[in-house]
Parts: sequence; C-alpha cells; structure tokens
Amino acid sequence: MIRVVLPAHLRRLAQVGSELQLDVQGPATQRSVLDALEASYPMLRGTIRDHVSKERRAFIRFFACEQDLSHDPPDSPLPEAVAKGAEPFLVVGAVAGG
Amino acid sequence: MSGVRVLVGTHKGAFVLTADEKRKAWNVEGPHFAGWDVFHVKGSPADPNRIYASQTTGWHGQVIQRSNDGGKTWEPVDNKFVYEGEPGTHKWYDGTPRPFEFKRVWHLEPSLTDPDTVYAGVEDAAIFRSTDGGSSWQELPGLRKHQSAPNWQPGAGGMCLHTIILDPTNPQRIFAAISAAGAFRSDDAGKTWLPINRGLKSEGIPDPDAEVGHCVHRIAMHPSRPNVLFMQKHWDVMRSDDAGDSWREISGNLPSDFGFPIDVHPHEPDTIYVVPIKSDTEHFPPEGKLRVYRSRNGGNEWQALTKGLPQSDCYLNILRDAMAVDALDPGGVYFGTSGGQVYASADAGDSWAPIVRDLPAVLSVEVQTLQ
Repeated sequence: MIRVVLPAHLRRLAQVGSELQLDVQGPATQRSVLDALEASYPMLRGTIRDHVSKERRAFIRFFACEQDLSHDPPDSPLPEAVAKGAEPFLVVGAVAGG
Repeated sequence: MSGVRVLVGTHKGAFVLTADEKRKAWNVEGPHFAGWDVFHVKGSPADPNRIYASQTTGWHGQVIQRSNDGGKTWEPVDNKFVYEGEPGTHKWYDGTPRPFEFKRVWHLEPSLTDPDTVYAGVEDAAIFRSTDGGSSWQELPGLRKHQSAPNWQPGAGGMCLHTIILDPTNPQRIFAAISAAGAFRSDDAGKTWLPINRGLKSEGIPDPDAEVGHCVHRIAMHPSRPNVLFMQKHWDVMRSDDAGDSWREISGNLPSDFGFPIDVHPHEPDTIYVVPIKSDTEHFPPEGKLRVYRSRNGGNEWQALTKGLPQSDCYLNILRDAMAVDALDPGGVYFGTSGGQVYASADAGDSWAPIVRDLPAVLSVEVQTLQ
C-alpha cells in the first residue's frame, strides 16, 4: 500500500481527503504510483504529468522522506519507506503566487 | 416564470448569478473551482441545464467541467487536447519557428442543436470538438494546418483561438478568430478554413493589410442575420455584410476604437455595444470614465451609456469574452471587469447596476435566458 498526498487543488478535483492509499503492482516507482493514481482517479490525468509524454508538469514537484525526487528517472525505485507505506509520496505544487 | 442565469468565469473560480425577469434581485453562487482561472463558462442553447466550463492553472494545466443541472453540480470530463498529427510550427515573438503546444482552452462554444456537441478554442491556436459531452476531444486540424499557420504569431496574451461563432442557418459554416492571426471561416463544418481579413488594416504588422496577422479581439453576430459580422479589433471597430469576405470600419465617433468585447442587441440586429479602452498599453477607459457605447444603426454613430457606471477614477479593463446579452424584452446587457464587478442593464444599456462588486478579476461573462 502506497500513501499519496495531493495538493489542495487536486484533492478537491478528485474529491479525496488529505491522504489516499493505492495498491501498486510491481516495484514502487514514480511511474507505477502515478499510473495507479490516474487509474483510480482519471480526472487527475494531465494535471500532474503530460497526457502523452508523461513528463512532470513544470510547477509540480515530488517529495518523499524529506528528499526532492522530482528529477529522478520515473522508473527509479522510490525510497523503501514509501514502498512499505511508512512515509507518503508527496505531490506538491511549486511555491508560487498568481 | 422566466429569468436569467449569468455564468461568470474569474481569475479564481466561477460564479453563477441568477435573477427573475426583472433582473433586480440576484442570487450569487460560487466560487466553483475555487483558485483556478476559469476562462469561460457557457451553456448549451439546446439544453440550458447542460453547461461547460474551462478551468486552468499553471500548476495543473487544463480541466474541463460539465454540469447537467444548470451549474449546481459539476463533473470533470476529458482534458486531453492533442493536436492531430505533426504539431507544426508558428512564429514566436522573436520571429523564430516554435512548435504548436497546447496550453489552455479559452472559449467553449456549445452546439446550437446538440447538448453533447461542443467546440473548444485553444491556445496555441486550434479548434477542437467533442460530440460526447466533453468525454473526448478531437481537433479539427484544417485550421492549424492552414498554409498561413507557420506565420501566425501570438498576441501579448498568447496565441489564442478566442472566438467561435456557429451560423444558425447553415450548420456547415463556422467563424473563428485568433490573436494575432485574424478571422477565419469554414464552409464545410470545420474541415477547411479561409482567412477573412480583407479590409482590416493593422499598423503594428509589417504589411498593414496582410491576409493574416491581424489581432482580432472579438467578433459578434446576430442570429437573424448571420452574414453581418461585427468586429472589435486591436484597434478599429469593423463590420462585414458578406460573412467576412470584406470589412469596413465603423469606429465613427468612439472616443477610442481600441477595446476587447463587442456584442449585438438580442432583438435589434443593428444595435451593437462596445467598451472603448484608451490604448493597447493603457488598458482602462478613456478619461477614467467607464462607458459602454451603443450604436443603433450598425456603427459609426455611437452613444455613450453612462447611467449607473463610474464616471471618474475608473481604471478597469473589460476582456473580450466578458460581455453578453440575454433574450428577454427589454433586452439585457452584461459585462464583467478586471476589478471584479459584473454590471447588468435590464433596459438595453440605458441604465446599469452592479450585480456583484468584489469578485476576482472577471475573465468571461455569458448569460442564459430561462423560460
């Protein structure tokens, strides 16, 4: 079970609470977690990564275990604490106004 | 009992304003999609309970929302806008080629007859269509693949397709306008497109009367007379009597012919409305006086409408999609401002009152007339 925390806009869009839990098949990576997230919540497609290229949107960051994982390859294993559900995988909107 | 439902898109959400046919006492609902730029909200002429909304942010990109109950509840539908085939290039601000890249939906135009069919005008300029209520989108690629497209350049606000007009007498005919490419017409339901900019003159481009390259801000049509089009260009208010084949200037006695919105009275096809803005860099009314100008004879002779509007120290802007008319009698006119006011007139512009004063900056205003 992978724990995922979404930014406020996406919580409202997906109508979920502060944290959600996902069953992820195979190794826990950014790609597998986001694939599982978008399969469970199709309205999130395109809001975190591009529909086609699957590249992370420019103002989105991925944090876990006090690390910025945003620039890690999408198929790199996530920290063991995330894979075991001890720590959440954080999808973060960049600090910006407007 | 009849009434109106005003759909307001703002910089931080959407609002639904309703009133009976007197249009005096208003109910305000919202914000829907709080925190998002809502570029446009528009209802289906075929089913007023069906409404589409375009919400976007820099963080999360594009979301399209659909309501089946007149804006009380909403559901996100498909937000995948992918250009068909090779994206191709347009010109960037510095003149270099730049690939078309989808950024956001500026305008949603529901079909006149089918609630599940809706067109989307997007940035970078292209037109998409859904025939399943927004559950999937397909580009009508003939416009973006027009031979002139590699020379299209963005206006200051981006290279947006902001105007889509459907001809009620001819389902094959669609008008579209792009900043800063100009106006286009399709006579085969969107397969092929023809630039319709003859008669426009724009001093800010190398060839002032070029076939494309004009910064058209808005086009309006009265449904009873679909060959007559009115245009607010970057500078100049224009009119065509031949479905865009040729244009002539009708700015006449306006204090400035710069502006963004233009609209037509619901029952008088020669009565038109604009809101003059001082200049392309000073986006506020001349002399700090917020004045809607009305022509009752199709242009050139304009009358300032000021009753109820601020006539001193007013430095707001009114964006291109932020004016609308209802179909009641007498006709109602509505517009929203960058300061968050939505003004309404229940007497065709003779007098005005704010429905709301303190919304986020208004990006769009549409109105549904409910019977």
